[in-house]
This record gives sequence, structure tokens and C-alpha cells, in this order.
Amino acid sequence: MTETSRAGKPAPTTEAAGIAPPRAGRPRFARLWDRYGILGVLVLMIVLMAVLAPNFLTFTNVFNIARAASINAILAAGMTLVILTRGIDLSVGSNLAVCGIVSVLLWTAGLPSVLCVAGGIAVGALFGLLNGALIAYLALPAFIVTLGGLTYLRGTAYLLTDGQPLLADDLGFRLMGSGFIAGVPVPVVVMLGLYLVLWFVLRHTRFGTEVYAIGGNPEAARLAGIKVKWTLVRVYVIAGACAGLAGVIFSARVMSGQPTAGETYELDAIAAVVLGGTSLMGGIGTVQRTLIGAMIMGVLSNGLLLMNVPYFYQLIIKGGVIVLAVAIDSLKNWKRA
Amino acid sequence: MSTPPLLRMTGVGKAFPGVQALTDVHFELHAGEVHALMGENGAGKSTLIKMLAGVHTPDSGTIEIDGRPVSITNPQRAVDLGIAVIHQELNLAPNLTVAQNLALGREPRTRLGLLDRSRIRREAHAKLDRVGGGIDPDAVLGTLSVGMQQVVEIARAVAQNARVLVLDEPTAALSEAEAQRLFSLVEEMRGAGMGLVYISHRMEEVYRLADRITVFRDGHWVGTSPRAELEPEDIVARMVGRTLDDLYVRERHDPGEVVLEAEGIGDGAGIGPVDLRLRAGEVVGLGGLIGAGRSELAQLLFGAQRVRTGRLRVGGRAVVNRSPLDGIRNGIGYVPESRKEQALFLDMSIRDNVVTTGLGLDQVSDFGVLRRGRMTRRVATQIDALRVRCSSALQRVAELSGGNQQKVVLGRWLAIAPRVLLLDEPTRGVDIGAKHEIYRIIDRLAREGVAVLVISSDLPELLGISDRVLVMRNGAVAAELPREEATEEAVMLHATGVAAGSG
Repeated sequence: MTETSRAGKPAPTTEAAGIAPPRAGRPRFARLWDRYGILGVLVLMIVLMAVLAPNFLTFTNVFNIARAASINAILAAGMTLVILTRGIDLSVGSNLAVCGIVSVLLWTAGLPSVLCVAGGIAVGALFGLLNGALIAYLALPAFIVTLGGLTYLRGTAYLLTDGQPLLADDLGFRLMGSGFIAGVPVPVVVMLGLYLVLWFVLRHTRFGTEVYAIGGNPEAARLAGIKVKWTLVRVYVIAGACAGLAGVIFSARVMSGQPTAGETYELDAIAAVVLGGTSLMGGIGTVQRTLIGAMIMGVLSNGLLLMNVPYFYQLIIKGGVIVLAVAIDSLKNWKRA
Repeated sequence: MSTPPLLRMTGVGKAFPGVQALTDVHFELHAGEVHALMGENGAGKSTLIKMLAGVHTPDSGTIEIDGRPVSITNPQRAVDLGIAVIHQELNLAPNLTVAQNLALGREPRTRLGLLDRSRIRREAHAKLDRVGGGIDPDAVLGTLSVGMQQVVEIARAVAQNARVLVLDEPTAALSEAEAQRLFSLVEEMRGAGMGLVYISHRMEEVYRLADRITVFRDGHWVGTSPRAELEPEDIVARMVGRTLDDLYVRERHDPGEVVLEAEGIGDGAGIGPVDLRLRAGEVVGLGGLIGAGRSELAQLLFGAQRVRTGRLRVGGRAVVNRSPLDGIRNGIGYVPESRKEQALFLDMSIRDNVVTTGLGLDQVSDFGVLRRGRMTRRVATQIDALRVRCSSALQRVAELSGGNQQKVVLGRWLAIAPRVLLLDEPTRGVDIGAKHEIYRIIDRLAREGVAVLVISSDLPELLGISDRVLVMRNGAVAAELPREEATEEAVMLHATGVAAGSG
């Protein structure tokens, strides 16, 4: 008697890991899921919302979603690089507030719009530099350094504004928030531009390769002569600059500097990165998938809003979807192991 | 037919998508027998073990225990059938005590449903006594040596009434003394009527322990013979499918001028001061016991550890290596001891692994932008030269065998053409065919004028490929042995300090 009955089935997908190369030997569906699964979730969600929510799939609403999601997406872009290096940046939400306020302060001080925008981004990059230097050169844990940043930057935001919103009705760079380029909202154009740049950086520059190498195996990177510390510093500078950019857009959108801007945004950004399938263990992930993750969150918020789901339930559903999406994603790893 | 064998596998086959892992395999194990299973990596040993452990089920063929067909559909079923597998990575909780580990999964309870701690401890004593004792049941497992942990795992298997015990490269991480203890335990278990499947690459062990030897190659059963009827050369021939008339390769000429010269190099603590000269076209072996400071010395030369004393010259020029990048720029390459932990980016492609060095990335990019064409050419060159077996240069390194992974690491360094190459245990965990190829590569490099330093704990290898051998002890070079004087005994004498007077 033989034991063919059970094992003779075609494509024993789960058992390949032992000897065969896990990926090469996997059936087509699993590979498709690896690559496009998260995009499928987005499409599914759009279809679902289009059916359930009135006015969801209108031209205006699509841009509304993209514009609303753009700030989270911009934070998440920088966060992707940080997480790729096995790090975390909890300070981006507070950094956003400080940078937004700085850009408004620069405007009220009489500077031209371009310098206000550049100034906001530069301040963000500067705090990123501080984070990165502490993490890379003093070898402090990223979680603690940026948790401190989350707190002291929020304090700075209150200090700069005396706790009150800093109104600027004549804000010169308000188009950064509310303008359109060829019919597309400016924040969306900026977001897409940023993702294009970071996609190129990760995929086509030596810096990108170094980011993946450090995340994949920091000791191997060091022994291969990669400047690990300097690369880490640059990663946190980028995350800070993204926070600065998001802060400028935020201020432009509300035409004021808000000390409470961006509270808990760092968590949304992390959620978008993780939804996009970037590994918290570092070394695996792409920005384009983070963008999809951010859009999933945007579609969900918008759809729930259009369906008049009460806010409390919205939070519960959003949290549930994040956990569910990550669970589905890890299921494939679990089956493989 | 008299009594049926304890375990019999007949015509067993197993395929994975794209790979036929085992084809029509036969294997028999008697009670009171140690049966060695040998073969190169990828020969199908792991697949066979996993079938016994209930991880994989065979596509075809039968498995019998005591002559009765069984199907081992899951790990629990394997335990119930009396099969236990001791893997290379132990299956225990390092944060728990020995006693807790032994009770794991079947903890006795008091009538109130609480853990019965005293009984756990009592039973642990009994279980440990069956494997020779000498282990404190209250010790936290992680504080024990690997050898002791292994004994605990064996104790657990014995306590579960295992009759078939599979040991997968059990001595890989053991010291000599621990290995000796394991050997006597194996002999005891054989005496007690258990059947043991013993997997090892080490010939001496197999000859010391095995009653019969079965060899697999490429997923096929090649043959089973009593130990007395097989010479080691026969086994190697069966494993590789041809005779390796000369495993070690040494076809180079006499060495040229001095390329690397170290004077009094040390870290100011335990390592050094060391004087060292490496010549172009020379392979220098660096022997010594584990902990003698060989890897540390290599890292000092390379710049991966801070040099506190001494001077270094490469190609006649004084250099100071403050970082690996300095070492690389000064013409030194370093293949570390652990390829997975210190060298490879497992989730990256072969191509990206090969180009990722501080200098390599300079060479394949313009103003920080990678040039795919240059990367592709560079990788193709190394894949061809080193005969890396892969589906494409874009294959993930994690999917390659150990030997091919090591070739990728070598390719990374060869691609930037170093003048000095420091190789730390370059053939560890690599099968015999790939070892031979790595020796060829080392020899070729020497012929091309590279100065090579090879650290190895494998004495036959060290002696077989080196032009001269340095022996380290306690952080210093204890002896330099020309090729003619370098014997295993001589190296061990200096490594252990027995010959201290002459060092």
C-alpha cells in the first residue's frame, strides 16, 4: 500500500520550503499574490465602496480621497525608508506640526512663499538629522529617540504658537494645499512626485541598495564597507523632510499653523507602510506598495464617511482592517514556514 | 524473513514544485543499530528526515515500523510512533529550566490544576539519569553549553519512548569533549536497543559509530554497506559520483613579493602583537583552536576592528584601516566566518549581493545612480568564473545552496580585485563538491597573484591548501610552519601550547 492518496495532489504549495527554493517553487497564484495582492485589496475596496456609498466613484470624490490621503502618504513615504533599515520614526507627526508652524511664521515674517516652503521642509530635515545622528552615532534605539522627538516637538509646536492656532488668511503658498495643476490637486501632484523620486532612489541608486543591505543584514553591510551610520542618518533626514513637506501642505490647506496638527499621524504612516507589506524586520518592501497602503486607508475613511458611519465605528473598522490586512499578508508566510 | 526491521522505507519518492527531491529511495534501520546517512547537501537527507518527523509526506512508496505500514502525517504522529529527530537547531526553550523543557507540552498538574513543580523536577532527574546525568534540572537551559542542551533534547526523546532516533549533524556545534560524551551516549542507546540514524559529514565520527552506511546522491539511493566494507574514498566517490583523486588543489608557482606586512598588530587587549607577511601568489593557512583570536586578527587587518598597536603596509605603502571601507580601498577583502550572519543579504538577488561593497557600488554607479549594464556584466563574469549554480543573476541568494552562497560571497570580493584576501572558514557548511571548487578558486587567485590568508579549523584542509601554516594561540602567532613541517600533530601541538617552548 502506498501513501500517494494525500501527497499526490498537484502543487503541494505549503511544503516546498523544506528543500525547494521557496519562491521559485511556488505556484503562480502565490507569486501573483506576493506581488499584486495588496493592489487587489485596494481594487476590491474601491468596488465595495462604489457599490455601498453613493457618490463614491465621482471625479471630485476620487481627488478628494487622494488629497485627503496625501499627507499620510507623504509621511509614509519617508517612514518606508526608515522601516526598511529596521528603524521607526515616531516623531513625524509632531515634526509635521512644527514645520507647518515654521512655514507660517516665515510667511508672517515677510518671506516669499518659496522660502517659507523650503524653510518648513528644511526644519523637518534638521530634526531628522538630529534623530539620525543620535540613532546612528550614539547607537540609541530609534524607538526611544523618536518617542522623545514626538514629545519635545509637540511641546515646541505649542511654544511657537503659544498654544493657539496661528492664522494666516493671506498665506502665499496656500495653493500647496488647495490648488490644482491640470485639474489635479497640488498635494496629490506633490505626493506622486515624491513617490516617483523615492521609487527611483530605492531602485536605481547606490543609496537605495545600501538601505536594503543595511535593513537586510547590518553586520554584513558594515563588513562589506558600506557606510552604515551615514546611510542611516540620511534615511532619517529624508523622513524628517517628508514630515516637513507634509507640514507645509497641512498649513497651506488650513491656512494656519496648528499646534495640534498631525497628532497620531505617525501611527497612520506606520500602518500604511505595514499595509503595503514592508517588513518591520527590515530589508523588504517598496514605496509603491506603501502608496497603495496609504490609499487603502484613504478609501476606507472616505467611504465610511460617505456612508455616514459614526466616527466611533469608523475607528473600530479602520483598526480592524489594518490588523486583518496584515494577518492576510502574514498568512502566506505562515503557510510557507 | 525473520523479525522485520524497526524501520523500513521502500521505493519512497517526493517531489516539490520544480524539484524531484527523492526518487525510489530504500532505507532500513534495525533495532540496536547506528545507521549513518551520508550525502552532499541537497542529496535528499533532509527530505528523508522530514518524512520521518511527519513534516513531509511521501508521494510514493511505503514506510513500515516493525513491518506494519504507517503513514506519518504530522509531527505528533511521529512522536506516537516512537520517532524522534534531533535537529541541528535545537527545539527547546532557552529561557526555561532543564526540568521545564523536559516536561514541555505534558506538564503534570496538581489536583488544583496548577503546575506540579516538585513532580516536574523529580521526573526530570529520572529522565536525565537515563542519558548519563550530570545536568542540573534547575539550570536555565540557555546557560548550558550546546552539547548539554543537546543531551537534554535527547533525554526528552528517550523519555517519550523514542525507538528511532535521528541525529542530524549532532556534532556540528560541539567541542571535542562534548562530542566524545555524545558518542558514548549514542553507543549506550544502541546497546539499549534503539535504532539510530546518524547524519554527519565527518568521516571519523561515521567510522567510529556507524554499523552501516547509506549514501544518497541527488535524491537517489546509491548504496548501503556495512562500515567494514567501505573505505572513506569509496564513500566520497559515492557521494560525488566520481572519484575526487585530489580534493585539495595546489597548482601554483612560487610566491612573489610581500604584499601585506604587519608589524606588532594588535587590539591592545587580547590580540597581538602579531607580525605577519603575506606574499603575492601565496596561500597562508592560519590554524589554531577556536578562541585563539584568528578571526579577530583577520578583522584587525581588514579594519573591522580597531587597531591599537602596530603598523600595517600593503604593497609597500603604510596604511591605517579604520573601517572595512578603508581596508577595501587599501586592497584587502574579507570573507567572514558566518556567511548568513556576516556576509549575505539573503533577501537580495545574487547580482545585488555581488555588487554591494563600498567599492563595488562606486564602480557600478555614476553620481550615485546605478548602471544596470555594468552590474549585469560584473555579475555574469563572477557567476561564470565561480560556476555559481543558479536560475539567473536575479535569483534570491536565500534560495541557493550553501556552496553557491559562499561562491556569491567570494564573487563579491573577486569583483573588486583585492590584492589580499582574508578567508575565514571558507568551506564551513559546504558540501564536498563545492569545497573542491572553492579550493580551485583559491588556487586560481594565488596564481593570479593575490595574497590569500585562509583561516580553517579543518586540519586536512588547512594543510592541503596552504603554502605555509601559522598557528595562533592566545591571540598571538605561536608558530610558523613551512609546508614540509606542517602536520596535523605539529599544528595541534602549537595550538594547544604543548610545544610552547619551541613557539
